[in-house]
Amino acid sequence: MQVQSERQGENAIVRPIGDVDMSGSPELRAAIRQAQQGSPRRLVVDLAHVAYMDSSGVATLVEAMRHAQGAGSELILAAMADRVRAIFEIARLDTYFKIVPSVEDATP
Amino acid sequence: MSGWHAIPSEPELRLWLRSNPLYLSGARELVCALAKRLGFDDLSCCQIALAVDEALANIIRHGYGRRPDGPIWVSLYPTPAQPDTKPDAKGGPVRAELAIVIEDEAQQVDPTQIKGRELDEIRPGGLGVHIMREVMDEVLFERRESVGMRLTMRKTAPRPEDIQRRPCAEAGRADDGCGRLDDQTPSGPSGPNAGAS
Repeated sequence: MQVQSERQGENAIVRPIGDVDMSGSPELRAAIRQAQQGSPRRLVVDLAHVAYMDSSGVATLVEAMRHAQGAGSELILAAMADRVRAIFEIARLDTYFKIVPSVEDATP
Repeated sequence: MSGWHAIPSEPELRLWLRSNPLYLSGARELVCALAKRLGFDDLSCCQIALAVDEALANIIRHGYGRRPDGPIWVSLYPTPAQPDTKPDAKGGPVRAELAIVIEDEAQQVDPTQIKGRELDEIRPGGLGVHIMREVMDEVLFERRESVGMRLTMRKTAPRPEDIQRRPCAEAGRADDGCGRLDDQTPSGPSGPNAGAS
């Protein structure tokens, strides 16, 4: 799995590409941690190129959300495929996260 | 759950793998492809693949303590739909079933202690068993006779009228239902974490 990262002013965008499973989630975790170390006002995780996520990916995002909340910043999930959203619904986390249709919707 | 077909003594397909997370995607794709051939809808294929993935991840993480060399067997017992046979209890055709048995030689645990955690508290981790029990029709943990554990999961294909949505087939995405999208990587800016894993 690849992870792309960029900074747009006060926004940081992390873009995993591929499956976020037990094999790939450590890379996503590292990328998010690095992005959060830059103290962005808003961290957007662009999931447009994630076809699959399991509970390790969900755990990574929960950890990221807790860090963001502690730092007083925002974390938004963007462009989530329905099959990825399904696991958030099973875990009852679909209302815990702010989920928007696109990165553009997350960065006004 | 009553009415299940008996699991034969030999599977139709058996996958042997070591407890390395790199191999999870291969196991998912195998199970998803088989489920699709049996006639399961896209959502069910996704769910079955997810359940297998979660089960294998738990074995790797908890059973083998993240050792990458532990043996795992995934045995598949497909039962195709039988539209021309005697209807089921609700009067519909007999639907496809897929039974999956996953065995390991990892640490044995008391099956009664394997429970999904409460979801009221939001915290990372501990979702695997809950997910398996949510998406599969039957989940059974057992100790193997000499060493390791055995997990049996089963799912019956839903009736057409019960299929509510098709999350794997999205407009503009070449998705074959098993998670493989068209092979296009965005050409956006790459940061310090860009690069193949």
